[in-house]
Amino acid sequence: MDMTVSILLTIATAATPLLIAAIGELVVERSGVLNLGVEGMMVMGAVAGFGAGFLTGSPWIGLIAAIVVGALFSLLFAVMTLSLATNQVATGLSLTLLGLGLSGMLGTGFVGLPGERLPNLYIPLLTDLPVVGRLLFGQDPIFYISIALVFGVSWFLFKTRTGLTLRSIGDSHTSAHALGIQVIKYRYLAVMFGGACAGLAGGHLSLVYTPQWVENMTAGRGWIALALVVFSSWRPLRVLAGAYIFGAVWIGQLHAQAFGIPVPSQFLSSLPYLATIVVLVIISRNKRLTMMNTPASLGQAFVPDR
Amino acid sequence: MRLELVKRPQRSMLFSALSPFIAFGLTIVAGAILFALLGINPLTAFYTYFISPITEVWQLHELAIKAAPLILIAVGLSVCFRSNIWNIGAEGQFVFGAIVGSVIPVLYPDMQGPFVLPLMLLMGMVGGAAYAAIPAFLKTRFNTNEILTSLMLVYVAQLFLDWLVRGPWRDPKGFNFPQTVQFNPSAVLPELMPMSGRANLGFVFALVAAVLVWILMSRMLKGFEIRVLGSSPRAGRFAGFSFNRMVFFAFMLSGALAGLAGISEVSGAIGQLQPSISPGYGFTAIIVAFLGRLNPLGIVAAGLVLGLTYLGGEAAQSVLGISDKVARVFQGMLLFFVLGCDTLIHYRIRLVGLAPKLDASPKLEEAH
Repeated sequence: MDMTVSILLTIATAATPLLIAAIGELVVERSGVLNLGVEGMMVMGAVAGFGAGFLTGSPWIGLIAAIVVGALFSLLFAVMTLSLATNQVATGLSLTLLGLGLSGMLGTGFVGLPGERLPNLYIPLLTDLPVVGRLLFGQDPIFYISIALVFGVSWFLFKTRTGLTLRSIGDSHTSAHALGIQVIKYRYLAVMFGGACAGLAGGHLSLVYTPQWVENMTAGRGWIALALVVFSSWRPLRVLAGAYIFGAVWIGQLHAQAFGIPVPSQFLSSLPYLATIVVLVIISRNKRLTMMNTPASLGQAFVPDR
Repeated sequence: MRLELVKRPQRSMLFSALSPFIAFGLTIVAGAILFALLGINPLTAFYTYFISPITEVWQLHELAIKAAPLILIAVGLSVCFRSNIWNIGAEGQFVFGAIVGSVIPVLYPDMQGPFVLPLMLLMGMVGGAAYAAIPAFLKTRFNTNEILTSLMLVYVAQLFLDWLVRGPWRDPKGFNFPQTVQFNPSAVLPELMPMSGRANLGFVFALVAAVLVWILMSRMLKGFEIRVLGSSPRAGRFAGFSFNRMVFFAFMLSGALAGLAGISEVSGAIGQLQPSISPGYGFTAIIVAFLGRLNPLGIVAAGLVLGLTYLGGEAAQSVLGISDKVARVFQGMLLFFVLGCDTLIHYRIRLVGLAPKLDASPKLEEAH
């Protein structure tokens, strides 16, 4: 029983960064913007979180730094694609390349240092409950944020007027503009929300998952988060399911390696990436369904005529 | 105050030619600020980055070695990007091409003779093309997003290479180092001018590929087809061009060139397989392609510039003691500025004050 609980806990820890980054990107894509810079924003969040936590000795300050840096870094993308109408795919890629380089440079001095870890929640009595105690009341704070984000975003997108406006912008920016909606303003906010989420996801890696700084420590998680958004057909609750499936794959291959299963570790390590491809194939093969779900303006530059 | 874009009636030839230079200039300015923040005199830093690595003849050879894979890959990518196909897995195709091309020198080291090298290069190209065919197949058959699949395959290729050199392909006499046997002389790419430096045939491949792809894109029907389908898939379909065939063509051409770059790098500059055979050439080549304005001849120049940032990064690390990651920051900034400056080709930018209501009508007249 203890074994099962601890495996479930590690799955939650592996799934949380994927979940947060994907939820953020989901909002961005619902507004019609495709930001391929998730990996770059995430790794910037990771280095900022570690750095601020290490320098101040407080992982909470690290957490805030990760969020702020993620949002500021995404602002770069927003200015380029929204104000200068650059190609979103190319700009997103360059955000990732810049983020990987910049984080490597900033983090040179942090390599090998012990980091600060965010403490797990502990509520007397509740956390001590058998089985469910640690699962529900004993996890790291970012886990609870991630769950709140899923339901918060779901409520925002489908139950509020602003959410409806955001979705309408994603489906037709020209119509939204004609109705007097400030398309660019909404998109700025959406992109920065996505950046803050990606930063937080990176902060989870360097403040909870492995409290240290390793170059490129995101290891493709930003890209997997992008795939999760496609997998979810742009629906928050499905992102939750997808992130936990991927968390399970990620943890499963680690456990398989530890148990000495006679398969080379490199093959097991490539499982999450192969699983991503398989999932994309399964989801995308129905062309009509994909087209129905995809925000219609996704990835298209918008220049308002006056 | 805010920015406002005003569409030009036609694309500006002036900015089309100038934008890479403006972008480079802006990168230099941003770089100077970066160095000043790091507490380094920007002039010293720029000398170390851009001048000191090319003051002697042997250093020019090193530049050719770094630029060759960048140019080869970027030329292929330019075809993809022109056709609006986003192959960002060139790094994986590079690695896989290197693996397939190395089958002969690693598994049959006794095989020698003049036919070995051409065969290896061919196998490298086939390997890269085959690996690139996977995302092309998935896109055309299952409608999957090629950006994500081609990128995921990068990780898979790198892990596969890691397994090979630590496992079945490890040199039994290599003191347990994760590397294969040294390639025998007939499997090594010949040097161009062994008297003055170690630049090899790879650079010639890069130049030839650039010229051939330039001819393809600007002088042949296939190139026209690619450009039409890229800028307007609907128009392309009416003209009877097949979108699916074009996806395969673009992916496999760029994959073949990345594979050629991979096997050339392994058989020329490195001489054996090891866990890491590329300092991110496949990703930097994306920057090269855009800096070269997706024009094969421009890409040659851009490849030399980006190759120089690699050398400059190494020099800066040894002379100034700053992380060689700074070079990566440079590369990233450069791409940002290139993309930003490209806006000037299609739009005029103007700053608008905060009282748009009042002066809305005069602006309208002005625009017409």
